[in-house]
Amino acid sequence: MSDRWVLFMRNLRNFWRIFSHNKLGMLGAFLVFSAIFVAVFAPLLTPYAPTDTIRDANGRGMTFAPPSVHGPLGTDDAGRDIWSQLVYGARISLTVGFLAGFMAMFVGSLFGIMSGYFSGRVDNVLMRITDILLVIPDLPLMLILVATIRQMDLRISPTSVLIVVIGLLYWTSTARLIRSQVLTIKERQFVDRARAFGAGDWYIIRKHILPQIMPLIVANTVLILSTAILIESGLAFLGLGDPTKPSWGTMLNFAFDRNAVTNGAWWFYLPPGLAIVWVTLGCVLLGNVLEELLNPRLTEHHLEGDQNMIAIKRNGAE
Amino acid sequence: MSSELILEVNQLYTLFPMRQSMMDMLRHRTPEVVRAVDGVSFQIQKGDVLALVGESGCGKTTIARTLIGLEKATGGEILFKGQKVSVDGRDKQAIPLKQLRQRVQVVFQDPYESLNPRATILDIVAEPLDVNSLVRDSRERQERVLKVLEEVGLRPAEDYLLRYPHELSGGQRQRVVIAGAMVLEPELLLADEPVSMLDVSIRAEILNLLNALRRSRGISILFITHDLGTVGHFADRLAVMYLGRIVEIGPTVEVLKNPQHPYTRALLSVVPMPNPNLRRKMVILSGETPNPINLPPGCRFHPRCPMAVEVCKLSDPPFIALGHTHQVACLQAT
Amino acid sequence: MSMQPLLSVRHLTTEFQLANNQVARALENVSFDVRPGQTLGLVGESGCGKTTTLMSVMRLLPASGRITEGNIYFKGTDLLTLSEREMRTFRWKEIAIIFQGSMNALNPVMKVGDQIREAILMHNPVEREAAEERVGELLELVGIQRQRGEQYPFQYSGGMRQRAMIAMALACSPALLFADEPTTALDVMIQAQVLELLKQIQRNLGLTIVLVTHDLGVIAEMCDEVVVMYGGKVAEYGTADLIYNQPQHPYTQRLLKAFPDLNRATESAESAGQDLVTIPGSPPRLNALPPGCRFNPRCEESMEICTQIAPDLVDMAAAGADARHLAACHLLKRMKIEDQ
Repeated sequence: MSDRWVLFMRNLRNFWRIFSHNKLGMLGAFLVFSAIFVAVFAPLLTPYAPTDTIRDANGRGMTFAPPSVHGPLGTDDAGRDIWSQLVYGARISLTVGFLAGFMAMFVGSLFGIMSGYFSGRVDNVLMRITDILLVIPDLPLMLILVATIRQMDLRISPTSVLIVVIGLLYWTSTARLIRSQVLTIKERQFVDRARAFGAGDWYIIRKHILPQIMPLIVANTVLILSTAILIESGLAFLGLGDPTKPSWGTMLNFAFDRNAVTNGAWWFYLPPGLAIVWVTLGCVLLGNVLEELLNPRLTEHHLEGDQNMIAIKRNGAE
Repeated sequence: MSSELILEVNQLYTLFPMRQSMMDMLRHRTPEVVRAVDGVSFQIQKGDVLALVGESGCGKTTIARTLIGLEKATGGEILFKGQKVSVDGRDKQAIPLKQLRQRVQVVFQDPYESLNPRATILDIVAEPLDVNSLVRDSRERQERVLKVLEEVGLRPAEDYLLRYPHELSGGQRQRVVIAGAMVLEPELLLADEPVSMLDVSIRAEILNLLNALRRSRGISILFITHDLGTVGHFADRLAVMYLGRIVEIGPTVEVLKNPQHPYTRALLSVVPMPNPNLRRKMVILSGETPNPINLPPGCRFHPRCPMAVEVCKLSDPPFIALGHTHQVACLQAT
Repeated sequence: MSMQPLLSVRHLTTEFQLANNQVARALENVSFDVRPGQTLGLVGESGCGKTTTLMSVMRLLPASGRITEGNIYFKGTDLLTLSEREMRTFRWKEIAIIFQGSMNALNPVMKVGDQIREAILMHNPVEREAAEERVGELLELVGIQRQRGEQYPFQYSGGMRQRAMIAMALACSPALLFADEPTTALDVMIQAQVLELLKQIQRNLGLTIVLVTHDLGVIAEMCDEVVVMYGGKVAEYGTADLIYNQPQHPYTQRLLKAFPDLNRATESAESAGQDLVTIPGSPPRLNALPPGCRFNPRCEESMEICTQIAPDLVDMAAAGADARHLAACHLLKRMKIEDQ
């Protein structure tokens, strides 16, 4: 249906028109997309593999070498190029962050919709589970889980463990958020109207609830991503990442373990830290702006608004 | 106006149990009940308009919601064209509510809230078709929508298909709602305050539209409103509700000219009239309509009734017929 | 009655700056007087400028709004010449307002009595006890039992909340009360109660009221004089009797015919079921006003000149009458000239 395409493009253009004027939003978008770009095109951005040792003219590994022409961010304790580690590390950090984030968002939205729409027992059960998880502090629980699973010696890569654990525990705030929105939408008159026509639950969820909460989900996902990346970095920093595929968090772990601080090798611990901030900040800015823009609030001036309407709702419901 | 009955409602009850606190539940207290619709009976003939009038809390909207299946009836009978409609799914002989939905459609009060702000007019009007899987072909779907948009006065109809609700004025939106109600070719329309939120001059347009549809399609209308003014021009019969019951019902002109129930009289006396020189005796009832949870004993209107006597506190008045189509529930009606 | 008017609005023009650098003239050349102890009605459909008029007089326009022309004389002082600080001494103390839908704007977590007390103390720093006493007085004045001041808004019904708003507005004994759609959201019986209350207060306190509403029935019941507004301008202005019985402006005439009247409906069984008179089209958008007379696109008697020049207010009162009756219409002007 080309009509729908036309409509979609029109909406997209409208959105872009407003978004492109929002400086913070554009900044956020830039930060995020540049990080993605770096991750995707990592091999093109550095001649070295992250595990290569850079040797000097004499063939000796240049350990803790400051930034120079050989490596813009210097080398680590084993002579490996920091910049290479950074760009390849982006792949890990972002992959774990994104996958875990999407998983959390998916589970959270699913629970939120079920809970909000069906209420009753389903709501009770799901919300009690949510409450329990909310009460237990995130990081320690994830720590324990990851460590335990690792101990169990199953053939799962450490990265995957991270993704799954974060994804399966981080959905609670999303669930609550989506649930409260669904509760409001459920009561709106156009949903009643659909029901009056004989619409079933799944139709209503698909055609009425989902389109209304989609903007919220999108905005919330971006924010979830930022925290997922932070959590991953945190867990990796504590040593729970995969040392063979270092993420930024793992790099920080190495930096501290291997005495980069005492050696004054700021190029070892600052770049990954800053990289984490870069992406997280980008996600937060982007997420906040998206939420503002996609929120269907009235942004019209009262004079441009509804014609023919006496906007007072009658008092008293029946 | 043929004598075929489109809708017959007999002793309809819709009661809502209140949520109990944990303590009350443990003590096995019977929950309090909101008697929203407390024994209502009326009939609508084919092609007629019955106006259901009352203040907030009287139960008129609940009746509409019950008829369309948005609320569950607690008791009573609904007959559509003589056939019983299933209210609780138990009666095997009765028509299921789903079938009724294609014959009975609703128009709600708020033309903004009735329309999904993220859906196009095409999708909104086609929704009844989609929900009931009545058309396969997208071309046929569009044509049916175009036809009904023209019928409600949105011309040229093609221009409206891909627009969103916020691009239309309040009057246009209400027309879209009416179009959506007409697309399944219903025989009965439940219009719940269809014009209350519209400007005066637009109200007239929408009422005229409903009148035109009634003439051209022969549909019957249950017109629910608090605005007695609009009723006079539009309805054949008028029913006045108070606290879940109908207190007076009859031909509109007769009820307006010769109201028998003290509540009807009071209401009519306070409707603002566009005549500054009018001298009339307004019966302004004191207080507010009581809670439908704790109903007064006897006649439920007696605490506010200017004509109440002792017997009114004791017994619930039945309907007394005055003439063959005018009935009133008052112990003192002549 | 040649008493000095309490409020005299002259040539008021208000503009709003819209998002895309457009300017909307919400009000143009609006003039009317309100005499002490009287009730003036501002009537018109949505977007005609009635609320904007009240906001302009109170100088409570949003940041995008500006009064570009005119004078607003209250008890002889031009309110537009005052600084914001000086204006604050007038607000609530001399002129109070009940906003549209304000009964839903009560603070839900504060007791009603406390909210009224806050309103008093904000403008009149008196002893707390004196304020409490005044709160009790005000509640009684509006027919709410004193003890109910200890309750929260959710415990009040809609009608009671509106009365509470009236009590709050009267806290400082203002001379002038603006009421913007005070009964629109209320049931007809409660509306009657509230309107009766306003009339009573007016009689007892000598209050002057400006009532804004779209309901022609309420205007007829309450108002001595009426201003009919359309598209930001005054279409017709006169006593209620003249406006309703001898409407001159085509808009007023059609608006009255479009308003459902129970009396007319019951006159004959034939008139029931007949179509109501409508006014085709919609009120103009204030950022896209038609040239000339703003009503001309919808007017049946529109002439060539109507599309070019906006009509001035013409005095339609019969010679020798002391009641004013103004209407802005070229056709009327022409007829008047021909008469003379």
